[in-house]
Amino acid sequence: MKRNIVEYLDEISNKYPEKDVFIENDKNKITYHKFNNDSKIIATNILKFKPLSNKPIAIFIDKSIDCLKSMFGIMYSGNFYCVFDVTSPKNRIDNIINTLKPEIIITNNKNIQKINEYNYGIDILNIDDLKYQIDNKLLNSINRCDTDPAYVLFTSGSTGVPKGSLITHKSLISYVEWFKKAFNINSRTIFGNQTPFYFSMSVSDVYSTIISGATLCIIPKINFSFPIKLMEYLNTYKVNTIYWVPSALSIVANVGTFDYAKPKYLKKVLFAGEVMPMPQLNIWRKYLPKVMYANLFGPTETTDICTYYIVNRKFKDNETLPIGKPVEGSCTIMINDNGKEAKVGEVGELFIKGSIVGSGYYNNPEKTSSAFVQNPLHNNYPDIVYKTGDIGKVNKYGEIEYLGRKDYQIKHMGYRIELGEIETNINSLKGLTICACIYDDIKSHIVLFFESNTLTEEDVYSYADKKLLKYMRPQKVVKLPKMPYNANGKIDRVKLKQDYQKGDY
Amino acid sequence: MKEVIEVLNEVKPGEDYENATNLITDGILTSFDIVTLVSLLNMKFNINISVMDLVPENFESASAILELVNKLKEN
Repeated sequence: MKRNIVEYLDEISNKYPEKDVFIENDKNKITYHKFNNDSKIIATNILKFKPLSNKPIAIFIDKSIDCLKSMFGIMYSGNFYCVFDVTSPKNRIDNIINTLKPEIIITNNKNIQKINEYNYGIDILNIDDLKYQIDNKLLNSINRCDTDPAYVLFTSGSTGVPKGSLITHKSLISYVEWFKKAFNINSRTIFGNQTPFYFSMSVSDVYSTIISGATLCIIPKINFSFPIKLMEYLNTYKVNTIYWVPSALSIVANVGTFDYAKPKYLKKVLFAGEVMPMPQLNIWRKYLPKVMYANLFGPTETTDICTYYIVNRKFKDNETLPIGKPVEGSCTIMINDNGKEAKVGEVGELFIKGSIVGSGYYNNPEKTSSAFVQNPLHNNYPDIVYKTGDIGKVNKYGEIEYLGRKDYQIKHMGYRIELGEIETNINSLKGLTICACIYDDIKSHIVLFFESNTLTEEDVYSYADKKLLKYMRPQKVVKLPKMPYNANGKIDRVKLKQDYQKGDY
Repeated sequence: MKEVIEVLNEVKPGEDYENATNLITDGILTSFDIVTLVSLLNMKFNINISVMDLVPENFESASAILELVNKLKEN
């Protein structure tokens, strides 16, 4: 029984030392042995720089093998990491730094200038400029416990302050052991990775690669705009397994790619992060009928996935895929409006129980205690479950069907977004009276309404470009003479959405 | 040419589209931008950029985009 994910890397790199673990392209790839070595060099340098234990260390490196080495280096050093999106607007990075308070920021030559300019007054370690070689004695002396944190990943928060989910080695190991078994990940698996390393979905392909001796190819992002190039990439590297957000799969299906090129080696297509549109899935199934398709569902707070469904029957274009059954070793509880367990067919809120449930939000006891709660079905002993805020019901096959978010949190282009965070950011624009956001789930558009005496729609668009992450920017901005309010004096978002979808704006 | 540059400015303002020749290679246009660009070009010029035309070479410069648009308009 392993206590720490790095023990897997040690074991597998002894077994397959010369095998490639990560590939960016023909020039940039790394074997298990070298990856393990480089990670331990980083770990040694962290500890000689500062003798830390179980402390947060930030990674400010773009998506690359360097970023992965830093993740493992930090875990080897007995600390935990947080990967930053280097393209984030500065105010989001500020917010995360303020919550995380990292002891060190790890970066490389390519990114050091930008982080130096931000001037946080935090120690910086450049992995392209390291002093020490591996000190095995030092690394072996670390006392490792299975409940030590492995990483923190930040998602957006409703008050505009991002929340950092903390995941322990114990949760991570029990999650990836399930993932490996459920999808038969092994040393012949070649992943084509799409999701960023600051996003929980990448936990599945990165770590199941490490524990199985598989290979993971980091697909250059630009290929997702050029589907023929993407197919060439998958065929060049003989990719047989992908785990992408539905929007990436949809682009390929929408432009008729398969009439010209097909991924020849592909055996498994997994997806999560948002609802997979059925017409596009049916195109994939039509052209690649022998491939296994699986719909995965879960929040960052449960490591990655808490329920899954392997597609086993036909679906019409207007049907939705179930999210299936709980990951083995964990349980789902559906609670109805009366606080009782929902019956088959009855709508309820989804709660998750088991070791995949994370430890809570870093430096945020209020948010932690409102989402990580005592099992609502008993009070006999401490039994902490994660309250997802997602609404669903169990269908006649015993599968869970997802119905939506309980609050205003949305899924857009694979990202989880609190509409409140967009509003909070835009509300900070001078001259703006008030704004409200809705999500048009038919067009997959974020729509922002605002009131102002001086500002034009253009002003708000350009402010959004400056203040918001790309995937959070509204597709449509509408200026209103007056915002509609409901009886409670709150902005009537339901009416805004209805009127928008009717075409009133 | 002017119309193509207008579309590019709509997708991502503030770049030197008159002279840039490596819009894709240099990462000036990201994958988000390209999706927007393709749908705008299709709409404004009433064309249909097919998957076979959706290759980086056709989007590296304003003149390459213009060439693509003209080719598709003729068909």
